[in-house]
Amino acid sequence: MPTTETEFLHEVAASEYKYGWETNVEADTIPKGLDEEVVRLISAKKEEPQWLLEWRLRAWRHWEKLAANPSEAYPRWPHLTYTEPDFRNITYYSSPSKKPRYESLDEVDPELLETFERLGIPLAEQEKLAGVAVDVVLDSVSVHTTFKEELAELGIIFCSFGDAVQEHPELVQKYMGSVVPYTDNFYAALNAAVFSDGSFCYIPKGVRCPMELSTYFRINQAGTGQFERTLIIAEEGSYVSYLEGCTAPMRDENQLHAAVVEIVAEANAEVKYSTIQNWYPGDNEGRGGVYNFVTKRGICKGDRAKISWTQLETGSAITWKYPSVILKGDGSVGEFYSVAFTKGQQQADTGTKMVHVGKNTKSTIISKGISGGRSNNSYRGLVKINKGAERARNFSQCDSMLLGDRCGAHTFPYIEIKNPSAQVEHEATTSKIGEDQLFYCFQRGIGEEAAIKLIVNGFCKEILAKLPMEFAVEAQKLLDIELEGSVG
Amino acid sequence: MALLQINNLHARIEEQNILKGVDLTVGAGEVHAIMGPNGSGKSTFAAVLAGREEFEVTEGGVLYEGGDLLDMEPDERALEGVFLAFQYPVELPGVSMNNFLRQALNQQREHRGEEPLSAGAFLKRMRECAALVSLDPQLMSRSVNDGFSGGEKKRNEIFQLAMLEPRLAILDETDSGLDIDALRIVADGVNALRRSDRSFVVITHYQRLLNYIVPDVVHVMADGRIVRSGDKSLALELEEKGYDWLREEAVAA
Ligand SMILES: Nc1ncnc2c1ncn2[C@@H]1O[C@H](COP(=O)(O)OP(=O)(O)O)[C@@H](O)[C@H]1O
Ligand SMILES: [Mg+2]
Repeated sequence: MPTTETEFLHEVAASEYKYGWETNVEADTIPKGLDEEVVRLISAKKEEPQWLLEWRLRAWRHWEKLAANPSEAYPRWPHLTYTEPDFRNITYYSSPSKKPRYESLDEVDPELLETFERLGIPLAEQEKLAGVAVDVVLDSVSVHTTFKEELAELGIIFCSFGDAVQEHPELVQKYMGSVVPYTDNFYAALNAAVFSDGSFCYIPKGVRCPMELSTYFRINQAGTGQFERTLIIAEEGSYVSYLEGCTAPMRDENQLHAAVVEIVAEANAEVKYSTIQNWYPGDNEGRGGVYNFVTKRGICKGDRAKISWTQLETGSAITWKYPSVILKGDGSVGEFYSVAFTKGQQQADTGTKMVHVGKNTKSTIISKGISGGRSNNSYRGLVKINKGAERARNFSQCDSMLLGDRCGAHTFPYIEIKNPSAQVEHEATTSKIGEDQLFYCFQRGIGEEAAIKLIVNGFCKEILAKLPMEFAVEAQKLLDIELEGSVG
Repeated sequence: MALLQINNLHARIEEQNILKGVDLTVGAGEVHAIMGPNGSGKSTFAAVLAGREEFEVTEGGVLYEGGDLLDMEPDERALEGVFLAFQYPVELPGVSMNNFLRQALNQQREHRGEEPLSAGAFLKRMRECAALVSLDPQLMSRSVNDGFSGGEKKRNEIFQLAMLEPRLAILDETDSGLDIDALRIVADGVNALRRSDRSFVVITHYQRLLNYIVPDVVHVMADGRIVRSGDKSLALELEEKGYDWLREEAVAA
């Protein structure tokens, strides 16, 4: 019998692979492999306009060239060890409309439900996440519609990427690829060629979005595919807080995930982007698990614009992810707050890039890495101060905590300064979870597991506090569950 | 039966023998002072009793309430009423005093088969105990010992002692680094916590604390052994003569 929930979750996940719950190929899946035909087919299925098909094809040709010379194309610089995916052996499109597996929650494994309970996930969401058929009229669809109407009144557009292409092609065409061009990197090129769907968000000038976007919609994202594309546009003086992901253990039979997120913030606009990433990390022997290769970048286009990335990364076998900000507008602000927790055989190479272009630009980086088991956790960050970036300031702090002696923590800070007026501060610490701290807790009667939770939660507190309230509570519970049995 | 009975306790760290045969018996409700020069093994002795794993016990035994103390995990010892006021209290960044103490207290209550304390009762208790050592209740929302002044850290230890109500309290140099006013506050706090079913082992380098906390027995530790025991006049004698004559005795022994 599994002793901890974590093991249980791993087992659930592994067993699903074993029994192949989703092996019955639906009619709407196209054959494995990637060629021009596949790109055309995806575009056709989505009834895309000609300009988008052409864009995909350009991206595909670019990717083809890169793939022809893999030794140079793959990003090999991260501190990660894995076998590169066989790109010819991947299915690049499957219909997101998957049939529910159960008629009611009663049929779902009670231990999985208990985990959902502990995470505080509402009942209706539990049903969707577990794959239960949901009563469409009673459930979130109606909620969904109410909020959509409220947003529409303010002129906010929030919809799937596919819908945006149909309904707001001029916006998509104007901004897509403007922050992350398909030439950016190997996986960005792949995503551009074959992306399935994603989210689109537009906040008009001067509008403050009255709710955390996607809190009420996150389930709908659960089903989206492996090549997501998100585009957020915040017009002058607008504000939006956007949430991605979910604390519930997310499984996917797709091993490779290559998402792209682009954010554009005009003058005085503020975008807060929060992520909780809990994809299947693979089993304890390192089998299975999602490869998560994400390109996320925002541009503070106008003066005094602000973009903050906050992330809690606990899932995936491999994480390769550097949410970045280009600080173009004068006085613009970029922030990156991250907690990355790895255990078992997980590997994470994550961090950020802050590129200072405008004058008086300011960036803050706070990264907390926690490694347990035999995992490896690296912070990699670039702070670049361009020539014209007068009086740019950066503060970086990277703290790593080791929960055992078979895990690793690494810090790779890169600093490029082309303007002498820059002020750049970097602090880094690595510590084994303090023997003294643990002993102090023990001496007060707090047992080992509770003590570890207490200390790690304390270590991450300033980051978790940056998450929107309800997300923060779930995030802390998630971290607690993940910490169970993670030492050694 | 004595609360604590220590026989011929030997302990070492990294091949270095530090405790070399400590004998000590502490009865219920008694206050024992342990004095001695720096490096004589006082903190090691306290840490071994609290269960610090770095120290290896090589010989001897410790009975606590008749049971084998050395057989218990450190958190079990705490749950069974052993409390150590640390010479160097540890900082826990991001962990609020509130949260820390609530967990500690509720673990102890659970261990005794009691219900967790309600939020209201917990708060009330916290205010009372904080007042006992004149600790600013504002500190309760701060991280444990993080940014506390030296005096606050020491008073925080006695505050926790008051909250957790142990049966054996070991105070490791709680007086050092305190000015006379703070010393009095700490001593008054400890005196208020003296009870017939609570024993104290007060480790101190200086005699002055013992003007305020009057011990039943004074022991002198030198080179990992208790070389002398007596009543409180022994402390005064030490004050007068210093520790040097003891060293000679220890070597001669
Ligand atoms: N963690 C340790 N590693 C190595 N030696 C130690 C350690 N802790 C204490 N010692 C040594 O043990 C001896 C006694 O130290 P300690 O118990 O702190 O004495 P006291 O509290 O009486 O000043 C000293 O010689 C000290 O250097
Ligand atoms: Mg000492």
